[in-house]
Amino acid sequence: MVTSFVHCSRGLRRSCSIRGAKMPSSYFSELRSAVQNGIRKSAAGCDGGVQSSVEVLVGQGKLWSGNLRCFHSVPSSAVSGLNVLLRPGTVFHSRSDSQLGLKRDYCSGVSPGYGLGIRNSRNCSNFSRGFLGKSRSFSSSGEGESIQYDVVIVGAGPAGLSAAIRLKQMCRGKDSDLSVCVVEKGAEVGAHILSGNVFEPRALDELIPQWKNEEAPINVPVSSDKFWFLTKDRAFSLPCPFDNKGNYVISLSQLVRWLGKKAEELGVEIYPGFAASEVLYDDDTVVGIKTNDMGISKDGTKKETFQQGVALKGRITLLAEGCRGSLSEKLLRKFNLREKGHGQHQTYALGIKEVWEIEEHKHKPGSVIHTLGWPLDNKTYGGSFLYHMNDRQVSLGFVVALNYGNPYLNPYEEFQKLKHHPAIKCLLDGGSVLQYGARTLNEGGFQSIPFPVFPGGAIIGCSAGFLNVPKIKGTHTAMKSGMLAAEAAFSALQEGSSMDMYWDALRKSWIWEELRLARNYRPAFEYGLLPGLGVSAFEHYVFKGRLPFTLKHGKPDHEATDVAKRHPPIEYPRPDGTLSFDVPTSLHRSNTNHDHDQPPHLRLRDPTVPERVNLPEYAGPESRYCPARVYEYVPDEEGKLKLHINAQNCLHCKACDIKDPKQNIEWTVPEGGGGPGYSIM
Amino acid sequence: MKIMVAIKRVVDYAVKIRVKPDKSGVETQNVKMSMNPFCEIALEEALRIKESGLASEVVAVSMGPPQCVDTIRTGLAMGADRGIHVEYPDALYPLSVAKLLKALVEVEKPGLLILGKQAIDDDCNQTGQMLAGLLRWPQGTFASKVILDKEKQAATVDREVDGGIETLSLDLPAVITTDLRLNQPRYATLPNIMKAKSKVVKKYTPQDLNVEIKADLEVVQVTEPPKRKVGVVLSSVDELIDKLKNEARVI
Repeated sequence: MVTSFVHCSRGLRRSCSIRGAKMPSSYFSELRSAVQNGIRKSAAGCDGGVQSSVEVLVGQGKLWSGNLRCFHSVPSSAVSGLNVLLRPGTVFHSRSDSQLGLKRDYCSGVSPGYGLGIRNSRNCSNFSRGFLGKSRSFSSSGEGESIQYDVVIVGAGPAGLSAAIRLKQMCRGKDSDLSVCVVEKGAEVGAHILSGNVFEPRALDELIPQWKNEEAPINVPVSSDKFWFLTKDRAFSLPCPFDNKGNYVISLSQLVRWLGKKAEELGVEIYPGFAASEVLYDDDTVVGIKTNDMGISKDGTKKETFQQGVALKGRITLLAEGCRGSLSEKLLRKFNLREKGHGQHQTYALGIKEVWEIEEHKHKPGSVIHTLGWPLDNKTYGGSFLYHMNDRQVSLGFVVALNYGNPYLNPYEEFQKLKHHPAIKCLLDGGSVLQYGARTLNEGGFQSIPFPVFPGGAIIGCSAGFLNVPKIKGTHTAMKSGMLAAEAAFSALQEGSSMDMYWDALRKSWIWEELRLARNYRPAFEYGLLPGLGVSAFEHYVFKGRLPFTLKHGKPDHEATDVAKRHPPIEYPRPDGTLSFDVPTSLHRSNTNHDHDQPPHLRLRDPTVPERVNLPEYAGPESRYCPARVYEYVPDEEGKLKLHINAQNCLHCKACDIKDPKQNIEWTVPEGGGGPGYSIM
Repeated sequence: MKIMVAIKRVVDYAVKIRVKPDKSGVETQNVKMSMNPFCEIALEEALRIKESGLASEVVAVSMGPPQCVDTIRTGLAMGADRGIHVEYPDALYPLSVAKLLKALVEVEKPGLLILGKQAIDDDCNQTGQMLAGLLRWPQGTFASKVILDKEKQAATVDREVDGGIETLSLDLPAVITTDLRLNQPRYATLPNIMKAKSKVVKKYTPQDLNVEIKADLEVVQVTEPPKRKVGVVLSSVDELIDKLKNEARVI
């Protein structure tokens, strides 16, 4: 075993001085077996990213550490002297090149202890293939613990929990049992759940018919429904297109918590605080997921609290990650599920929400208000919602479709502007904000539904996309999709039928008919606000979805961003601290927290694109649409603007993954347990 | 040697807390609760001592409403062997906690008690000290390093005090309270969480332990701190002196 422990330099983590006695004894045997098994490629490619980082501390100059495909460079300024601390079997590769890349000295090798010597190779142009391909690498995603279940569900949201509950109900009915595991990246069930929410209990009536007697947090029926068109100073009442009779104003986060309790009562194992970061394959069949490694520091090295991720294998895997789920998007691409489905790309909107506590005499439980118009212009689709819950609490939110063109648009600031409108201001005056949050939602509807079945499992809920846009409701369809997938999974596991039954069941269900009838509302707005309203009125009162054609969506959201030079910058008013706030104040109210010492979970596919493309051509739109101020362009030592990523602020809304013009930003899961802490959203 | 660790279920440190409208306390409904960070550090230290072979068992104790069992389960998932839950529905103040812990010490007879230095909800910093007093055991509070010596049955504790670091040698059995820099608590892994479900959590009530809970403190009012006023840019030194004299009244 290598015993060349050297002092770490000042800038490095404390964790580098490994005290051998304190490491669990199984660690070294795991290491040895990983090396002896040779190179272990992460089947899903780079998804694991840093989780396969090598236990190498920095040497002189730039040092590349990581697995075969993902490397993280450590700047030479962080180190001094040739200090290298290696574990046996470690692969490292360092190069020192001067500023202009004149002289490249490659020094690569594998630490001794396992019979592999140090080699010097020059001009290793593609080191990932050339050098490492021939040697053994230690990948922490090599061997780890693996636990087998019948069904593994990723995401404890309405769809995931409905699927879990339905599975257990069917087990009880047929007197058999299936082991069901739900993993959730939030610190607790409901922590990452955000929604308006006017709840249609249709799916819940089917799932848990006696919910009224089981203390479900559904107790504010809709009492009034208003629809306003706003101009800068006035609000015009329009005929209300919604029919919310029988619906309730709820906090979806609370409802999901309750669903979680019901699921646990039925024997579902729910594990919050664990993020599914990788899909596991056997050939081309999905056999489960792997959770994130925990305890990796910012530069990719393992801290003393390092815990390897666990493989959760399921005979069926259901992905219920919500809108733009990171694993779901990978599978949609891998198995071409969009083409196999209804073919259109998905379109999205960003919803930003605050829960206010307002004055008693202004509070009307069950009151539902939607607005259109100001502050958005005629070319941008979006609006606001205001729902009165109980306990003097009010859900106020602003939704902007992400196919907006003006790169200077800042959805968060538009929301702050909206609150100053006289019709809204009079309600909020004297009140205070309890929580803040943001999340993207699907607007593609019927046209964008992908084929949701892949070998080994299926995609349910908003990860596939069943939101009814004109109704602005997606919870009931997400729950129903989970239930249908559960029924298909149950017969697949007990009788060996195919998961394709899920697709057939979807097409025969009320989800299909509902979404089909609602398919032409949103695409009509491609032509502008007034044509959109016109077509919507026709659809609603005359045609009711019976038109023989289906309108198509416009460009994908990221392509719809126009270049900055065609638009004047928008000046937003400063927050006043009582009605409108700055982002850090709002962010504090989202209870967002991530361990700061972890690799940034927002990956740039090409690190030069922000400064090369986003900033000059689009004026850095990510610094404007991100509702958490994750992306900032700050001047460096030479005064040039550089992108700075405050990954710790991330609200997990996925707007950047959707809207980045060159699709350069990839949202991946951070360490489990991080992210927002919604409780009443 | 058995180590007993006391853990408290508190509002999670990342949550933005709110004062209840009637000013009787902090809003704890629908709010994320987790283990007090200092208690996590205490438990981590106990687990490390056990892993180094100097202790045989780690027992995690928590007191309060039934939901405390979740916190104990997290402790069991980190590696504690057994849990004890003292069920009591109302708030428990440090002296009551210390009396209950003393009663448990008489039952369990641990060789070492490790507590967090304070809880992040009340910031009392009293329980460890009161407990040591009741038991008449030596105490090493604000520990930033703990080294046990089995033969001499003593613990060397580095304490973070205002003036620097003070090193004490305590004869066991002793009470140690942990400070932030002692260690970095481990994550509870998924397999360990699953194993923890089958570990034993024993339930007691204060009556079982013959302890009478007397509320010796009464919370009269809880208010938010006054909002920090906006700073003012002054134009001259004279103006500064004038403000210090007449507005702040410090000179």
